Amino acid sequence: MRLFEYTALQIKEKIISGEIRPVDLTKQFIEQIKNIDPHVQAYLSIHEDEALKKAAQIQKKIENAENVGFLAGVPIAIKDNICTKGLHTTCASKILRNFIPPYDACVVKRLKEEDAIILGKTNLDEFAMGSSTENSGYKITRNPWNPEYVPGGSSGGSAAAVAADLSIMALGSDTGGSVRQPAALCGVVGVKPTYGRVSRFGLIAFGSSLDQIGTFTRDVKDAALLLQVIAGHDFHDSTSMPVPVPDYLREIDAGVRGLRIGIPKEYFSAGLNEDVHNALKNVLRKYEQLGANVIDISLPHTEYAVAVYYIVANAEASSNLARYDGVRYGYRASKSNGIVDMYCRTRSEGFGNEVKRRIMLGNYALSSGYYDAYYLKASRVRNLIKGDFDGAFQKVDCIICPTSPVPGFKIGERAKNPLEMYLSDIYTIPANLAGIPGISLPCGFSKEGLPIGMQILGKHFEEKKLLQIAYAFERETDFHRKKPVLKFSLTQK
Amino acid sequence: MEYEVIVGLETHAELATVTKLFCGCSTKFGSEPNTQVCPVCLGMPGVLPVMNKKAFEYALKAAIALNCKIDEFTNFDRKSYYYPDLPKNYQISQNYYNLGVDGYMDICVHDRINRVRIHNVHLEEEAGKLIHPEEAGADYSLVDFNRAGVPLLEIVSYPDMRNVDEVESYMQTLRKILLYTEVSDCKMQEGSLRFEASISLRKKGAEKLGNRVEIKNLNSMKSVLKAIEYETKRQADSLDQGETVDRETRLWDEVNEKSARMRSKEEAQDYRYFPEPDLLPVVVDGKWLDEVKVTIPELPLARKQRFIEVFKLSDYDTSLLVEEKILADFFEDCIKIVDRPKVFCNWITNDLLREVNERKLDIHHLPIRPYQLAALVEIIEKGAISSTIAREVFSEMVQTGEAPQAIIEEKKLAQISDEGLIEAVIVKVISGNPAVIEDYKKGKKNALTFLVGQVMKETKGKANPKMVNELLQRKIDA
Ligand SMILES: [Zn+2]
Repeated sequence: MRLFEYTALQIKEKIISGEIRPVDLTKQFIEQIKNIDPHVQAYLSIHEDEALKKAAQIQKKIENAENVGFLAGVPIAIKDNICTKGLHTTCASKILRNFIPPYDACVVKRLKEEDAIILGKTNLDEFAMGSSTENSGYKITRNPWNPEYVPGGSSGGSAAAVAADLSIMALGSDTGGSVRQPAALCGVVGVKPTYGRVSRFGLIAFGSSLDQIGTFTRDVKDAALLLQVIAGHDFHDSTSMPVPVPDYLREIDAGVRGLRIGIPKEYFSAGLNEDVHNALKNVLRKYEQLGANVIDISLPHTEYAVAVYYIVANAEASSNLARYDGVRYGYRASKSNGIVDMYCRTRSEGFGNEVKRRIMLGNYALSSGYYDAYYLKASRVRNLIKGDFDGAFQKVDCIICPTSPVPGFKIGERAKNPLEMYLSDIYTIPANLAGIPGISLPCGFSKEGLPIGMQILGKHFEEKKLLQIAYAFERETDFHRKKPVLKFSLTQK
Repeated sequence: MEYEVIVGLETHAELATVTKLFCGCSTKFGSEPNTQVCPVCLGMPGVLPVMNKKAFEYALKAAIALNCKIDEFTNFDRKSYYYPDLPKNYQISQNYYNLGVDGYMDICVHDRINRVRIHNVHLEEEAGKLIHPEEAGADYSLVDFNRAGVPLLEIVSYPDMRNVDEVESYMQTLRKILLYTEVSDCKMQEGSLRFEASISLRKKGAEKLGNRVEIKNLNSMKSVLKAIEYETKRQADSLDQGETVDRETRLWDEVNEKSARMRSKEEAQDYRYFPEPDLLPVVVDGKWLDEVKVTIPELPLARKQRFIEVFKLSDYDTSLLVEEKILADFFEDCIKIVDRPKVFCNWITNDLLREVNERKLDIHHLPIRPYQLAALVEIIEKGAISSTIAREVFSEMVQTGEAPQAIIEEKKLAQISDEGLIEAVIVKVISGNPAVIEDYKKGKKNALTFLVGQVMKETKGKANPKMVNELLQRKIDA
């Protein structure tokens, strides 16, 4: 087995035992990134010096038999909308091309405290707005399983990095599916925690009431390990909840005997790809074999979720992105005539088309005279969607459904049609609106050989149960062990 | 044509917290630009606000003092507009739910109590400050964010005021309430208390209100009153000429004492309010409300009425006493020691205030304490010094902070009540003024007053005036 292919848990053990030296491991990953990433384009920046420095520190600690952190020496990639002190954080936007945060996001601080090694920052749709990573202001990330396909988005860089062995784990953010959908499309495990489980402090806001930092890992146990480090209340985020964080790895093999699994009929309707549908049928069969009960349920307001989402998320985004005005940091138009002209030019030149589209939609939805008809009504329907889940969770312990309606789509295929792109997140958006946790894990392959993901949704703060359910499936299957064969030609940069 | 003026006021008061509303930065006034800032108050990408509980409590305190209804839930909203001094290009404020609503404040105008209704009281964050370079032709401005994020209380009145006297009383009363509750230092020159007025006119007796004009940039209470007078005349002139008054916002020009249009109703900004998703709603339960309530002191108007009733002081004197909470507290502390309300009232409103004015003292850091003034009054009551000497001692006390007894002993100011000593001076004065004695004997009674004055002069004011009077009369009549 090559070094890159170990899970974080395995690596951690080998590092602590001295079998692998953190500096060697880090060097190998940097080398791997330098060789492979020009084809994948997962990273926006590589933090070679900082990573090696950190690796040397950990190595010294181990040599001196000092205590090391929970993620000692484990390489990790961070989505480039999460602030890293002293290191560029661009949101894949030209408007933040030169922005260097003076502080670490809460999750970054926790990773550093637990001795993880941050390899670099990964690509995304600009300001996390998109489902394919094609909206990046810098580069298009390719799906390691097939370079003609998108890796999903918006955390496509993080998903592709883990899938292509360019990192062992990665952090992303999930506003409407931006962790789970790329995890499904790239064949890795993606967790979107409960809203309020992980601090958003330092996550550059897109839709503040929906955003949540999530994890990309090779398997479920690594997801448990990484979530353990980033979860928990943070004083700097008033919406992070002081709910105790359980030991996620303990009893992860509890099994699913007697578990009630809800199958929402609205998620298996027309438009669901046949391969995905078949994969899900196999998933349910497997769970039944393992002793779970599959129960048909209904989430009646599902059809409104995408519309509600695009009003709420864009309204919040229009306000969150107002600060990029060229006054204090980031890009400023070189020539302008007065302050208003400076604002207009800076924002016109700095933002990409999708971002501008969403700012305009959001501002429209908040305008006086339209607020009641759009934002207020959307907020009310959002409550109905939450109500759907509350009702369902009285009958079942979890909900299982596809993560994405299709196994993937080609680069450029949906880029011209925003509406079609927006429908990519039809199965992931409701969880963000309801604030509930979700996990996506590999559960099959399409005819074209692309990975298929299944999604497990649970009650607020029941990540532990989701991990147990996911692990029960993963233990019995080997979809997560399949590796993409990187078929890149050197001209394809 | 005769018109009725209808005025409403919006008041902004910076709260007197040590730190800002959503971060830990200092709120100190007058520091070097951009030295009291952090990623949060600079609106850096990725930051989140954390509510300053103290600021919220101060706002709550003010809302209660202004008799507002306090809802159990209160929420914050984002108010969006672009301005370089606003780091996030939205201000965290309150719109859909205000902290306090439907309150009132009683004001006293020409000895009559008027009630002005308060529409709402809410909490928001302060913006930064633009600094325009002085050099001619400069094509840039600088921004100081030290003030950005300082907690700001907004108090919105109903248009319940009908003349400048009421407006003045409203501003003064509100200022006093904010000072009494210690939620703001109300320093207008530092911008911690600001007003905006809305003014409309209607024909005397008419029901319908005219178009409302808002006036901004009012930097002092005087400006507010001047702007209202100016605006009243401007609108009346328009109406008299058959024109309509536009609904608009105008800026007051303090130098030229004029207002000019800033923007029309059509140009009014759309603030695109929506609930702030980064803050949880604040739940104000009964227990918290009670805890805040007990911290609210007796408010100026109530205190004034009590002083008049209980201590039989005059309306004018009590006004002076309650003007500053610290003075009224000083007064009450004094009478706890020596029960002479009228005497202390005089000392405080005459002598103490004169010293404060003459020596430009900070009323919050007086060099004299209530027990010291009480000691002085006790000495006077015992007849140990005359009231003239007492003033001298008092002045010395203010300058040195020393106890009255020490000053009297050191300067040998004790009253002379020794008959022998006084008689000796009287004999000297009589022999030195034979003509005056003649006048007195001829029936000129005020000649005696002159002689008393001479004795007092000889004794440097220390002779007991009552004894001087008696002894002198006896001596001449003898
Ligand atoms: Zn600050």
